[in-house]
Amino acid sequence: MEPLLSRYIWTHTRSQQVWILLIVALSMVPYFLAFDLPKQIVNGPITGDGFETPGAVQRFMALSIDLPWIGTLTLFEGVDLERMTMLFALSGVFLGLVIVNGLFKFYINTYKGRLGERLLRRIRFELVDRILRFPPETFKRLKGAEVSSMVKDEVEPLGGFTGDAFVAPFLLGGQAATALLFIFIQSFWLGMITAALVAVQFTIIPRMRRRLLVLGRERQLTARQLAGRVSEIVEGIGSIHAYDTSNYERADIASRLGRIFKIRFDIYQWKFLVKFINNFLASVTPFLFYSVGGYLALNDRLDIGQLVAVIGAYKDLPGPLKDLIDWDQNRQDVQVKYTQVVNQFAIDGLLEPELQAVTLQHDATVMAEGLSAVNLGLADDSGAVLVERLNLKINPGQTLAVVGEAGSGAEALADAIARLVWPKTGKIAAGETDILTLPEAITGRTISYAGPEPFFFSGTLRENLLYRLKHAPLLAPDLDDAARQRRIWDQAEAAKTGNPDHDINADWIDYAAAGATGPDDLYPLLHQAFDTVQLSRDILDLALRSVVDPGLYDGLAEGTIAMRAALRAEFAARGLTDLIVPFEPGAYNIEATVGENLLFGAAVGPELQNANLGSNAYYRSVVIRDGLADDLFAMGYEIAQNAVELFAGLPPDHPFFQQLTFMTADDLPTYQALLQALHGRGFADANDEQRGQIIRLSFAYVEPRHRFGLLTDALRAKIVAARQQFHEFLPPELQGAIEMYDPDRYTTSASLLDNMLFGRLSLKHADGADRVQAVVRELLVTLGLYERVFTIGLDYQVGTQGKRLTPLQRQKLNLARALLPRAEFFVFNRPLQGMDARLQDRLLRATLELLQRDGRDPGIVWVLANAAQANLFDRVAVFKDGMLAEEGTHDALLERNGVFKQMLRV
Amino acid sequence: MLLKDEVQMLRQVPLFARVEPAKLKLLAFTSDRVSYQAGQVLFHQGDFGDAAYVILTGNADILVDTPNGQMKVAEAERNAIVGEIAILCDVTRTATVRALEPVEALRIGREQFLKLLSDFPEITIEVMRVLAARLTQTTSELSAARSQAKLN
Repeated sequence: MEPLLSRYIWTHTRSQQVWILLIVALSMVPYFLAFDLPKQIVNGPITGDGFETPGAVQRFMALSIDLPWIGTLTLFEGVDLERMTMLFALSGVFLGLVIVNGLFKFYINTYKGRLGERLLRRIRFELVDRILRFPPETFKRLKGAEVSSMVKDEVEPLGGFTGDAFVAPFLLGGQAATALLFIFIQSFWLGMITAALVAVQFTIIPRMRRRLLVLGRERQLTARQLAGRVSEIVEGIGSIHAYDTSNYERADIASRLGRIFKIRFDIYQWKFLVKFINNFLASVTPFLFYSVGGYLALNDRLDIGQLVAVIGAYKDLPGPLKDLIDWDQNRQDVQVKYTQVVNQFAIDGLLEPELQAVTLQHDATVMAEGLSAVNLGLADDSGAVLVERLNLKINPGQTLAVVGEAGSGAEALADAIARLVWPKTGKIAAGETDILTLPEAITGRTISYAGPEPFFFSGTLRENLLYRLKHAPLLAPDLDDAARQRRIWDQAEAAKTGNPDHDINADWIDYAAAGATGPDDLYPLLHQAFDTVQLSRDILDLALRSVVDPGLYDGLAEGTIAMRAALRAEFAARGLTDLIVPFEPGAYNIEATVGENLLFGAAVGPELQNANLGSNAYYRSVVIRDGLADDLFAMGYEIAQNAVELFAGLPPDHPFFQQLTFMTADDLPTYQALLQALHGRGFADANDEQRGQIIRLSFAYVEPRHRFGLLTDALRAKIVAARQQFHEFLPPELQGAIEMYDPDRYTTSASLLDNMLFGRLSLKHADGADRVQAVVRELLVTLGLYERVFTIGLDYQVGTQGKRLTPLQRQKLNLARALLPRAEFFVFNRPLQGMDARLQDRLLRATLELLQRDGRDPGIVWVLANAAQANLFDRVAVFKDGMLAEEGTHDALLERNGVFKQMLRV
Repeated sequence: MLLKDEVQMLRQVPLFARVEPAKLKLLAFTSDRVSYQAGQVLFHQGDFGDAAYVILTGNADILVDTPNGQMKVAEAERNAIVGEIAILCDVTRTATVRALEPVEALRIGREQFLKLLSDFPEITIEVMRVLAARLTQTTSELSAARSQAKLN
């Protein structure tokens, strides 16, 4: 990248800079005119020059140009005006000039702002583009947060400076020179004094500011390191907790902040010292005007109008001067920042842009001769040898098992084929060609890789899976007129800033690469991949557990409601009728809490949420009627008694407290006191707060779980009656706060599974939940809902780096993603690490079967964690200490009685 | 079944015979009553052990996987405790337990069970007695099997 910021700016914005300079030059004309006017107004109409006699007139607005040879060219004759009219005419011109000046300023500022933003966009893109082209080993030393803080924050001031890079010195210099010139015209000596002081200012101040630059550079570095450390803390939070090093981290951050503070404070001290001196120098000048100018005026060597004009002109000098000095400071500052960033991004061995060029064609011819390692030597960052003098050929269609202990070089070979490690000597060749010289468009589409450490982007499961196929914008989206306009604007802007104009909204998915023709027949292929890695059930469960908006999925609500009846029938057929107790509007649900039975719906808004329910006026009015409140109070009282009796005396961390669902161990003493206060007294004697506390307990009561024997048939009937009343007279302001359970409607605030069951699981059956899920899964297929629900699972957000998935799910997804394209070669680098041996075996077999299904015959390189699985492959390569120890068919190696046999024995 | 009836029932179990009723109520409250149909499995060999079971009614087979398929090694009868080994020794389930007829059982979670043992020496001793009895039986069966093997 260009090391000089000003040259970088000039290269990319030359024509705009020239244009804006021209505009600035043009703006100088009214600016200068506006200087002269006050003098004319004061000397002319106000003090009366030229209007000595009553009725005297002066010529106004006579415009003529003196041209050589041609003579005087009169543009406008002008008009004769009297003193008073002249005053208003001149003032009017002054106002006009003010407006014109303002408009110029407006245009110039807008133009500069746009210029700056465009350059900022260009720099940022260029930086990220370089990150995408960094050689792989760079990333071992790079901290993500530091790089992103460079791209985001550190280049930010560069944009602001761009507009001013050439315009500001020109404009401010022009203004200052104009003001100075004007002073000179009025009085040579006053002009000389001013010029001398300006010269002093211009030599001293920049010198003093040099130290500020050094401090600025330090500030930038320390701030960037701080960003890096903070992100390390976030990423390593697990280790910090586990090792109890949080205070070490605190100390580290505190010391860094201390250093940053010191630097910043130094900066302030210097900055304001410089400012003080600058201001002082600026105010010395008027002092000289008043004294020297006043002296000259008193001696009649300078007229008062002139002195006023000089002082007026000087008023406009310190501003531009100060800005000019600031500009210079800013220039050096951003140059420092720019150099810093450029140095960080100037890395040798960047990938050539051609290697990443967008192509739509799929060109696999180069892989026809297979892959081979030729004299391959690999080393890690420290220079330690990973693989030495390796020669190995993998033919198309051949399956090769690579076995070896960790660090034997087996993994390094796989990484080298995937271009994650660059060879130190030799090469990985496709035919004769070094794969590093092939465009990524070829290797990325013909070689599919799955490593041991999967990475996922935050987004949905589907997005992460299909990410594997997003090579190029294949299908432009259908655009309406407005969108087309936007797109045209986008493209034009992108072209102006050196950004590519690929449409992110286009369909990037390479269906053909996965063996599909479009979105519709891609779906079964996703299924195949998920089934192969045994992830389908997880995805289904994710869907069933999630709360979905049924409006987003066609036919989901109807299907779910149909499912309710079908589930009942199925349970009945299997003799599991009592597994689920369904919600029925006219019946008490014995497996649900009392509160749920009362409300018979899901609280959507805050008003009817459990914590607020007791204080809701309408709710209370319903409960108090019929004396239900009395019953609930009595019930809550019994529950409190039972809880106190059962748990009093147990330490608060006792595991038994896990069973106490309606209160916490900390609540126990409160209720103990409450019971004493209420002893022998009923609902009527309790105050509001006590009633609330006691009744709250009854809400959480579930008879089959707590088994205190508190629900009589009469009470149940009362609760159901109250429920019906509650719903019937629900005031309008509460309509939106609750979603009633309705056998014929989808409850949007409940999970999909709850919607299907539409009831509560009975606690009576052991592993009831598992059985229910098994039946649900079966019925989904029968009812043709499976696909729809699966789609919902695919919309599951995986979170940052896929952390909302379990590690096992992440590994499976990683493998599934690699299986998606119909690549010529598949490279698996211990993708099943850490799974139990049985699962590893199943997934390995299923994967091989999938890849060879339908007569497909890709080359497969699999670095195995377990040497015993090598019998599933055509050939076996055995690594030991970075060397290829043995190579051949499984049977041949067994006979040889060498390293491989030994590994098996272990 | 209500808590107080359950307490009555637990008092019949020799394992809990000497525990005071208040504590039995707590045990009943913090553990789950589960019912199994004939043929349903309480737990599988090789699973992670997260609970112990006291059989309240019914009989269950205790089965062990062998290279020749599952083999019945014993039968758990009413009032027997099963599944405690996995919790005590922190190993996976050593056998499969399958209901022979409808079974009602008390499922005591891992933590609760361990706490029970440390809080009530009476129960601990009872559990030890059960284990010792089983060991005696296993030893005699083993010696019988060995002498049988020698004869063959």
